[in-house]
Amino acid sequence: MFSAFLIKYAEIGVKGKNRYLFEDALVRQIKYALKKCEGEFTVHKTDGRIYVDAVSGFDYEETVEALKKVFGISGICPVVYVEDEGFEKLGEAVVDYIDKVYPDKDRSFKVAARRARKNYPLNSMEINAELGGIVLDAYPEMHVDVHHPDILLNIEVRDKIYIYSETIPGPGGMPVGTGGKAMLLLSGGIDSPVAGWMIAKRGVKIDAVYFHAPPYTSERARQKVVDLAKKVAAYTGPIYLHVINFTDIQLYIYDKCPHDELTIIMRRYMMRIAEHIAKDTECLGLITGESIGQVASQTMHSLMATNDVCELPVYRPLIGFDKMDIVALSEKIDTYETSIQPYEDCCTIFVAKHPVTKPNLNIIRKHEHNLDEKIDELVQTALDTDEVIVVR
Amino acid sequence: MEVYLDNSATTRCFDEAAHLMHRIMCEDYGNPSSMHHKGVEAERYLRYARETLAGILKVNEKEILFTSGGTESDNIALIGTAMANHRRGRHLITTAVEHPAVLQPMAYLENQGFKVTYLPVDREGRISLHDLENAVRPDTILVSIMHTNNEIGSVQPIEEAGALIKSRNPRTLFHVDAVQGFGKYRIYPAKMHVDMMSVSGHKIHGPKGIGFLYIKDGSRVSPILYGGGQQKGMRSGTENVPGIAGMAKAAEIIYKDLDSERDRMYGLRDMLIRGVEDMDGIQVNGCPGREGAPHIVSLSVRGVRAEVLLHALEERGIYVSAGSACASNKPQTSATLKAIGIERDLLDSTVRFSFSVFTTEEEIRYTIQALSEVVPMLRRYSRR
Repeated sequence: MFSAFLIKYAEIGVKGKNRYLFEDALVRQIKYALKKCEGEFTVHKTDGRIYVDAVSGFDYEETVEALKKVFGISGICPVVYVEDEGFEKLGEAVVDYIDKVYPDKDRSFKVAARRARKNYPLNSMEINAELGGIVLDAYPEMHVDVHHPDILLNIEVRDKIYIYSETIPGPGGMPVGTGGKAMLLLSGGIDSPVAGWMIAKRGVKIDAVYFHAPPYTSERARQKVVDLAKKVAAYTGPIYLHVINFTDIQLYIYDKCPHDELTIIMRRYMMRIAEHIAKDTECLGLITGESIGQVASQTMHSLMATNDVCELPVYRPLIGFDKMDIVALSEKIDTYETSIQPYEDCCTIFVAKHPVTKPNLNIIRKHEHNLDEKIDELVQTALDTDEVIVVR
Repeated sequence: MEVYLDNSATTRCFDEAAHLMHRIMCEDYGNPSSMHHKGVEAERYLRYARETLAGILKVNEKEILFTSGGTESDNIALIGTAMANHRRGRHLITTAVEHPAVLQPMAYLENQGFKVTYLPVDREGRISLHDLENAVRPDTILVSIMHTNNEIGSVQPIEEAGALIKSRNPRTLFHVDAVQGFGKYRIYPAKMHVDMMSVSGHKIHGPKGIGFLYIKDGSRVSPILYGGGQQKGMRSGTENVPGIAGMAKAAEIIYKDLDSERDRMYGLRDMLIRGVEDMDGIQVNGCPGREGAPHIVSLSVRGVRAEVLLHALEERGIYVSAGSACASNKPQTSATLKAIGIERDLLDSTVRFSFSVFTTEEEIRYTIQALSEVVPMLRRYSRR
């Protein structure tokens, strides 16, 4: 019965002269999201609103699901279009609409008419009053409440007449592509996909880097990361996933540095490499899934030690989250099931039994000098063999 | 060099079997239940396959029931027997080292109120006939014992077990999971007092998704699938004609040179074991010499995680299997390795090499060389 969706957007509305940039980005993201759906759609801006019109048959559920993944949308209103064939016909259409959308009639309502076409014979107040009367005649169990109606029945008079009353919540945030690009350190765990999703939700385009260590990590662990990137890409659009072979660097660190500092030094090199790729690909920051105190490498001291090697800002959207909250979000965005597949994400053999929790930056820096002989060459080789997978 | 040593997981299909299947799928694609010529032609493939397989086992053709593979065969044998005989008794016996396709249906039956006795095994993975004798009771309806263990290659004394079971309780049915044994041994169910025997196609260079269950005529077994009544109602569903024909073709080829191939594989096994004997901290699991299966070598490599060794060998083109599938956070230790009492430290350090008729001496030499290089390297980087 529905043939269109009115897209509501919250924060874009407050932008000043840049507003059109945000709206255009939202239109672009909606079009991209709908490509995967059955049917054809046109997406257009009219009078400061965005409409998605179905120009062929379409799958309602699938379309709504796709729109619910477009950042920048705060609400999705399914709309019924009726031709303007006189007020009597409109009354019939409204009665029919209520019958189909609200099988249970024992509710309060209010009609809110708006005329974009000012030559319509009735003005807004008259439409409200007349249609209210028609609805009450048809369904005596309904009643009018102008302050807190259960059903706010919107009637918009344009070249056609639009009827809508339901708002399906969208994800909020801002359209991807309005906020620059950032590089996500994607591990295969629960946290990093959620962190990427959160930053992308603020309009940021995401690329990702994954460190694998064959033979210590398996092809399936790598596939799991690709699968996770795909889940995130359902919201963010295509992700360029950089796969870096980290084995030789890890083994070298293992040979040369104290074992309780392995993880910190390893992470410092991961950050360095990620930043290198980020700068090469015009990213404006790094994103990690770190949360204070979750593991030894995420204490305040450890974070300071890993942060020390970066010039770009490092965004850590989960920094104050408890694990439970992160898990809840990962379930919501559908990455949880993939994240908990039992493949090694980071090679546990390189984790010391008792890693330092309060690394001293000066000591870490000193021990890193043990690596001077070969590390630059190894890092360069890792960068040279960067394998890029476009995940969409 | 690509060296495929994971033949207990699955094997390469013989060309002859694959070609035959292609012809059946694209030309002789009839449904054996159809009344016209195309159907008759398809039925002929079934009949020929039945004759071939029955001939190899020296049993009657009507005692061969085609299934989707080892798992389904085991499920029919266990659950079908339990369903048909539960009024007579609710006790079953199996071993601690069975494949999950036996252990899981047993667990299901336990939930349904059946009692299951699990026979322990010795260090080499074999049950004791004495234990078996003590376990068989008047209300025992089924004993299920595997022929060859899939992880360590131990071979069970099937014929002696069969005789023993029947002497204790002639009405107890005896099922043998021969998925790893068929194609390596001459197994004659009738002579060995075996009432049911499971076989899988893809372990003997046939296709996947096909297998059969030998069911001795007159055994009380209920179907577990209901439908169009194919195969005398025992297993409804249109017969997988290409699969059945491919499996029979593979069996025919395998059994032609069975004895010489088995000797050759024992040669490969001895070679691999000798090759690693001198390496530090490597232990061979299972039965020694000719008492174990010719195609399986289980090695525990101290100080090296199986998964890491597997991937390190993979980098050199050698494909093996981790004896115990294990993930970092939740170890799923193998029931077999636990049952033979392997040290805790070695549970997660056990890999399996399994051969086929395609495996060559050169490949084994290459593998020994790779092990001698990879193992010390991996040991250097162990968790401290």
